[in-house]
Amino acid sequence: MFKKLFLYPSIANFFFTNKIFAAESGGMPQLDPEFWISQIFWLVLTFGVLYIVLSKLILPKISANLELRKSQIQENIEAAEKQRESSEAKLKEFDGIILKSKIEAKNIFKDAREKVIKNINSKKEILDKQIDDEIKKAEVEIDTLRQSAPEKINKIAVVTSTEILKKLIGAEVNNSSISAIVDDLVKKNGDKYYGH
Amino acid sequence: MAANPMTQFEVYRIGPEIKVGAFDISFTNASLFMVISSLAILIIFNLGSKKNSILPNKIQLLAELSYSFVSKMISDTAGSKAKPYFSFIFSLFMFVLFCNMFGMIPYTFTVTSHIIVTFILAAFIFIGVTVIGFIKHGFGYLKLFVPSGVPIVLLPLIVVIEIISYLSRPISLSVRLFANMMAGHTMMKVFGGFVVSLGIVGGWLPLSFSVALTGLEILVAFLQAYVFAILTCIYLNDALNLHH
Repeated sequence: MFKKLFLYPSIANFFFTNKIFAAESGGMPQLDPEFWISQIFWLVLTFGVLYIVLSKLILPKISANLELRKSQIQENIEAAEKQRESSEAKLKEFDGIILKSKIEAKNIFKDAREKVIKNINSKKEILDKQIDDEIKKAEVEIDTLRQSAPEKINKIAVVTSTEILKKLIGAEVNNSSISAIVDDLVKKNGDKYYGH
Repeated sequence: MAANPMTQFEVYRIGPEIKVGAFDISFTNASLFMVISSLAILIIFNLGSKKNSILPNKIQLLAELSYSFVSKMISDTAGSKAKPYFSFIFSLFMFVLFCNMFGMIPYTFTVTSHIIVTFILAAFIFIGVTVIGFIKHGFGYLKLFVPSGVPIVLLPLIVVIEIISYLSRPISLSVRLFANMMAGHTMMKVFGGFVVSLGIVGGWLPLSFSVALTGLEILVAFLQAYVFAILTCIYLNDALNLHH
């Protein structure tokens, strides 16, 4: 009863005034209910199909694509990170090797230098010793020469004095007395023979 | 055509009249543009999801950018609980966006400039969100109407206001989109009419205005689709994460 009395006339009234409005000024075609059912039907149909196809077929694919790309990029970044780390480690190792070899080279150089210096020193010592020995030998020789020199001079002096005396005096002089005089002279005792 | 700016919103039959019982479900120009928009979306996103290359081509980039745009919008406004509704909001955003954008091509029909279309969408969202809210929280969902930290004296008033604002959601949602699209297209038509009536002498001013309006309307077309989708997200957020 209520519906018949109030609702239907009001709806009819709404449509009616709407029609009048439309007739008067062109109105709003949006308020003309002629194709409302059609629009609702086609909206539900097209939007329903759109929703089903998008949600079941297309969006999962896009999501999977995005995930795949994300994970791939992540993997690549991780791989790059790993490689960077390994290359850094290798660089460190390399630096270590260079440092070690530098130290080794230094040590070798030092050793060689020390060896050479030792060698030189030892050789120098031997040479010094030889030189010393030779100097000593020479000194000894000189000494012996020096020691034997007065005797020889004495002999020469005796011989020459004998010869001179022979020529001066013309007679043989005792060899031994002459040598005694020479010996005295040599010993700086010649003063008493020359009358000083 | 030039005389009345409202004729562009007229719906007419294409092809024969189809009747199911008492209901007229004939294929109209509105239906045509719904089909075109849906097909365009499906074709573009199908092409965009077909191949998966690490360096995406243009159409794939478009599809993936749209995907992450909507995905970010949902997670920002409704949180991670709204993930199951992603497909729906994505379809909704794309459908409204494409209908709006197809409406910007001259001589086309703007599906979203009809209150019945936007109202059905908004009513569906409203009912869906309410059902989700009651499923998730039972009668606790009614706490949405009772904000915490309000003096008891004011509570009856606040609850009434909250209920009215909740119930007016489908109306505000649908009228916002419908009115924006209708007003924009009407204005463009009016300025177009000025260009014709003022002729070669005085028509330049409305023509330049019309050009500027076209840019503005394209912005509005995108913005309203975005607003429609983000309000859906906000309503969904109310239903999923009850913290009023």
